[in-house]
Amino acid sequence: MHNETLIPKIGVVTDIRQDTPDVKTFRVVGTDGKKLFEHIPGQCAMVSMPGVGEGMFSITSSPTNTEFMEFSIKKCGTLTSWLHSMDVGQQITVRGPYGNGFPVETTFKGKDLLFIAGGIGLAPLRSVINYVRDKRENYGSVQIIYGSRSKDDLVDYQEILDEWMSCPNTEVNLTIDREQEGWDGHVGFIPNYVKELEPDTSKTVVMCGPPIMIKFTLAGLKELGFVDTNVFTTMELRMKCAIGKCGRCNIGNKYVCKDGPVFSFDQLSELPNEY
Amino acid sequence: MMFRLPINELDGFFAKIAAGRRLYLPVDQNDGTSAFAEWSEGTKMSENLNTLRSAKSFFFPQVTNLCDFNVKDKEIEVIDNRADSEDFAVFGVRGCDARAFTILDKVFLVDPIDSYYATRREHGVIITLACTMPEEHCFCNVFGIDATSPEGDVTTWKTDSYLYLNANTEKGEAFIAGIKDILEECAADEVEAQRAKTKEIMAKLPFANVSTEYFEKNTLLDIFNSEKWEKLSEACIACGTCTFVCPTCQCYDIKDFDTGHGVKRYRTWDSCMYADFTKMAAANSRNSQMQRFRQRFMHKLVYFPDNNNGEFGCVGCGRCLTRCPISMNIVKVIKTFGEE
Repeated sequence: MHNETLIPKIGVVTDIRQDTPDVKTFRVVGTDGKKLFEHIPGQCAMVSMPGVGEGMFSITSSPTNTEFMEFSIKKCGTLTSWLHSMDVGQQITVRGPYGNGFPVETTFKGKDLLFIAGGIGLAPLRSVINYVRDKRENYGSVQIIYGSRSKDDLVDYQEILDEWMSCPNTEVNLTIDREQEGWDGHVGFIPNYVKELEPDTSKTVVMCGPPIMIKFTLAGLKELGFVDTNVFTTMELRMKCAIGKCGRCNIGNKYVCKDGPVFSFDQLSELPNEY
Repeated sequence: MMFRLPINELDGFFAKIAAGRRLYLPVDQNDGTSAFAEWSEGTKMSENLNTLRSAKSFFFPQVTNLCDFNVKDKEIEVIDNRADSEDFAVFGVRGCDARAFTILDKVFLVDPIDSYYATRREHGVIITLACTMPEEHCFCNVFGIDATSPEGDVTTWKTDSYLYLNANTEKGEAFIAGIKDILEECAADEVEAQRAKTKEIMAKLPFANVSTEYFEKNTLLDIFNSEKWEKLSEACIACGTCTFVCPTCQCYDIKDFDTGHGVKRYRTWDSCMYADFTKMAAANSRNSQMQRFRQRFMHKLVYFPDNNNGEFGCVGCGRCLTRCPISMNIVKVIKTFGEE
């Protein structure tokens, strides 16, 4: 009998962290207490509660973490609401890893990296950022521009304060959409903030966030002189199989689950604008 | 090597195949259509050109149980209840459906292999039957299919006097070896007269000269962004019939069903024509029926060929032409684009 990727493994939830009012980060290991499988930053896994549903989520922990995997999940539908209601010790099912991941060992190597994220869009980038942090000598400077609706909606805020801000040769720029008591940082939308900061156009950009943010930020980056080939993003569409067979997550002739989720904007420019 | 069997021994031939494995062949239904059904003593093969539904369900059934779960408190048990398929043979598959299997192979047998499909494929012998009376909705020749000499493990030709058989694969040779005592060797050219006659009919069919050139010469984005999709899709009622009867449509859904004493996870046929196909909690990437209609034809005429050395995802069986309630179909799409 052939191996069957559609049949999942069992994962045990060992920790649940409330990141924001609607985002929780779930720590998952196998029933033997070990990591379920290895992955590349940017790859995803199908997480399921049998009887509730199955969905694709980016693995937010770095592959350099040898003990467990983490998923940062926003509560927005049937499955995610169920996941948000569960307690530590709950078993779920996991299968993967799926997708191409970010080219951390090729294109990104030795480059100055600029991460731009909005809201839950930080989740897929966290894996890359922590990977780069753990292999700091392999990469140039790191700049992280991250924004959300409010201070309370900044995913991984504590990790940003404790670890990213103190990392060598790393600059972190945070912004929130509106003025808020107890916030003395930048206020304003991501696309404008990026333009204000005028990052060096030699940087390789890794961007993820809501479509409207991506659209305006990309336009801003182009104004600054960035080229499509140096700007990467990670996509999300409805998926069932995660292996390019069920037929629904395609953008033109590419399947997001298999050929993506990571695309450069020059790749996307050759595909229909249907996402 | 060509073999033959006197046509009045057809029942004995079927009985011999069915002795070693399940045998399926097209059988007339009460409504005038035909469908693949299991052969048993007395079963008569349909004389219809083709079955209403394609033969894809032999390898990609409408519903497949993927696995089961037992959920108790916080614990989950995954039950892999996959069983090896029994050996079976399908007789009377037409050239279009036989080609469809090789198209489905390019989806299900590429890494990672779909074990459910692969198991059935390994255990099934496909015995095709050459067409002699192609009908006006047929256009398999447009996709390079020779209905007078169809693919499959074994090709057969039926004349008034004989059933001729020729093995194309190792599996087909083993099949022939197993029934050799009722066959006699013959000259390979005994079927040529029939083939020539059928080809003459085919050349006169209305879609014999439909050209797919437009889709080979224009870019993905040019075709995708064409204004023609609006008009073509205008009347589509999103019934999904085209998908259902199509031998190459393979999009699927995965669903869970709580039986009260466990959860069954199964996959079912799905259709890109349906509004919820791409619907997510936050958004839907294909909101209009035009987008969904366009997806179906772009997939068959552009996306699939792009990823498979130019091979189209249509076999010209004509089922969607005869069954679409608004008389829209892939031939009209191909012709409309070709008209420029």
